[in-house]
Amino acid sequence: MRDKMNSEVISVVIAGLGGQGILRASDILADVAFAAGWDVKKSEVHGMSQRGGSVNSDVRFGSRVYSPVISPGEADFLVLLAPEWQEHFQHYLKPDGELLSASEIDVAALPHRRSLNLALLGQLSRRLDFEETLWIGAIRRRFPPELVPVNEAAFRLGRETA
Amino acid sequence: MLQKAVHEGERSLLSGNEAVALAACHAGVRLGTGYPGTPSTEILETFSRLGGDARWSPNEKVALEVGLGAAFGGGRALVTMKHVGLNVAADPLFTAAYTGVSGGLVIVSADDPGMASSQNEQDNRRYAVAAGVPMLEPADSQEAYDFTRKAFELSEFWRLPVILRMTTRVCHSKTVVEPRAPAMNAPLPHFQRDLPARVMIPAYARPAHRRLREKLARLEGSAAEGWAWRVVEGEPELGVITSGVSFMYVREAAPHASVLKFNLVHPLPVEVARRFRQKVQRCVVVEEGDPYLYEALRAAGIDVEPRPESHRFGELDVARVRRFLAGEPEAVVERVAGKPPQLCEACPYHVVYKALQDRDCIVAGDIGCYTLGVLPPYQAMDTCVCMGASIGVGLGLRHVLPPDQARRVVSVIGDSTFIHSGITGLVEMVYNPPPTGHVVIVLDNATTAMTGHQEHPGTGRQLNHEPTNRVVIEELARALGIRRVHVVEPRSGSDTFARVLDACLEAQELTVIVARRPCVLVAKRLRELDKRAAALNAR
Repeated sequence: MRDKMNSEVISVVIAGLGGQGILRASDILADVAFAAGWDVKKSEVHGMSQRGGSVNSDVRFGSRVYSPVISPGEADFLVLLAPEWQEHFQHYLKPDGELLSASEIDVAALPHRRSLNLALLGQLSRRLDFEETLWIGAIRRRFPPELVPVNEAAFRLGRETA
Repeated sequence: MLQKAVHEGERSLLSGNEAVALAACHAGVRLGTGYPGTPSTEILETFSRLGGDARWSPNEKVALEVGLGAAFGGGRALVTMKHVGLNVAADPLFTAAYTGVSGGLVIVSADDPGMASSQNEQDNRRYAVAAGVPMLEPADSQEAYDFTRKAFELSEFWRLPVILRMTTRVCHSKTVVEPRAPAMNAPLPHFQRDLPARVMIPAYARPAHRRLREKLARLEGSAAEGWAWRVVEGEPELGVITSGVSFMYVREAAPHASVLKFNLVHPLPVEVARRFRQKVQRCVVVEEGDPYLYEALRAAGIDVEPRPESHRFGELDVARVRRFLAGEPEAVVERVAGKPPQLCEACPYHVVYKALQDRDCIVAGDIGCYTLGVLPPYQAMDTCVCMGASIGVGLGLRHVLPPDQARRVVSVIGDSTFIHSGITGLVEMVYNPPPTGHVVIVLDNATTAMTGHQEHPGTGRQLNHEPTNRVVIEELARALGIRRVHVVEPRSGSDTFARVLDACLEAQELTVIVARRPCVLVAKRLRELDKRAAALNAR
């Protein structure tokens, strides 16, 4: 029964260091899942721990989501912006969960080094059943117009190299 | 963050804080006051952006007093703070329960189980009991919206302040919200003289206390009706009693259990729990923090299982609840340490902490980003207790330590923290000067940085960044009679700060050093705001 319940909810941990755009990435993912008609919960932490320390934001979606928080060992995906801290975040993943790490991204090919978060979302997008237009719509809503092209380009780069 | 109002029936993803702000708009709140504090800060910021009149006060006590005044005048008022802020505001809170209100007064207490960004994990449900005020506890953003609206109705019906108790996960999780139509019945402010109700001399306070207790008893009776709680019908083998976000963990961990969730946690409608108890075989309580529900139910003679002492610590989650319900001990999750937070690379306070470290100063510290000076490489903070404590603690150390140690004691406090509760510490210093004098360093980065760069009275700008009168810290210190007041810009590569510090430590007088340099994260925004203010002045 538990397996059936859990299989109906997808849990994504987006992790890295404060300042890497983790909250923005999790906002975009939550927007996309919401626009696709799912129940969505997203959790994050503000304040002290944000000052350059390790942080993560949890996004969960499905037909009915209760907890906004992902327990250790229960994430389907770990999207990791700071590969050097993999050991710290690894315990969130299910045994058969998938790690999407920035170490797999060609940073030199990015339109801007701060768009790593969008490149990883691009990779994640290949593994989720959402239409591309939903992603692009969410990116356009979440960035000021002058930053949209760079972030769209990073997203597409990740999506195409996934 | 939420930029514009969401209308009736329009579903959107909102954080709990945004939902409270939207509900405040829809409830016709006249005035929002508070002091920034994680996880509560975004409520007033959002309320302001949605067009509400929101203001930062110097501290939570003043914020509650201003809110109370608005409510005495018949306006609806929202007062927001983090859990420890309610300690500061406790004085007006306890007697406001006696005086009651005319316009609705809702106080948000944002608790931080697990201490994501706090110095303790106190459980403010205890305050509702101690002060005798009703308390509602939402579990997600929809309830944050609904309960805020409900809290204003309750406050005006019972003429009592009402506390909305949020927790970090409710404040900062985004969940789906569908708002209702705005209220059309917000009262127009109007002063109605009522001396026995508003002036708490003993002759008036004694009957006021009896009135309060009668109201709470009647409220508890009416709460048995339904809005104050919710039952999820399940199998009779297991019954769970819970409140707040714990409800979500329970629903996921035990989808078949019968669940009683309290929306109103004070006064607690215990008769509902008694009825629930009779329908289930095993009955447990799941709650973060203090065993508040557990103790209240046991005191009412309701047979619920003891909960593990370990639930007092940190946040719960689905896995912890699942293990508890299965009768298993708490799991120790093996995790490699993460990267600790640290002062930003270009933070002006590096210069200050390096100087303090080099001189082996005994540093009484305070609450803010600069508390990170306690971590390597500096480890240049010896105490940190609560807002403003650096000055009093520093003075206490100076009074009792042998002179060779006393002379090295320094108090370090941020600009917003100084305004919040450092000023009375400075008065104490002038009134009871230690024999070796004292050195207070105000780290003035022109913002409340830790909580996300809010304005305060020392910035000369209001919550919405519009210019206002400015409290000038060095002038305040001089006005108190402190003769040695320095304003220094801590710059890397310059030894000016270190030289001033040496001279002050040597002088053994009462000293205030204002180390002033804007936070690097907002320096650009500050320049733009200054330019705008200058242009306004020139017109």
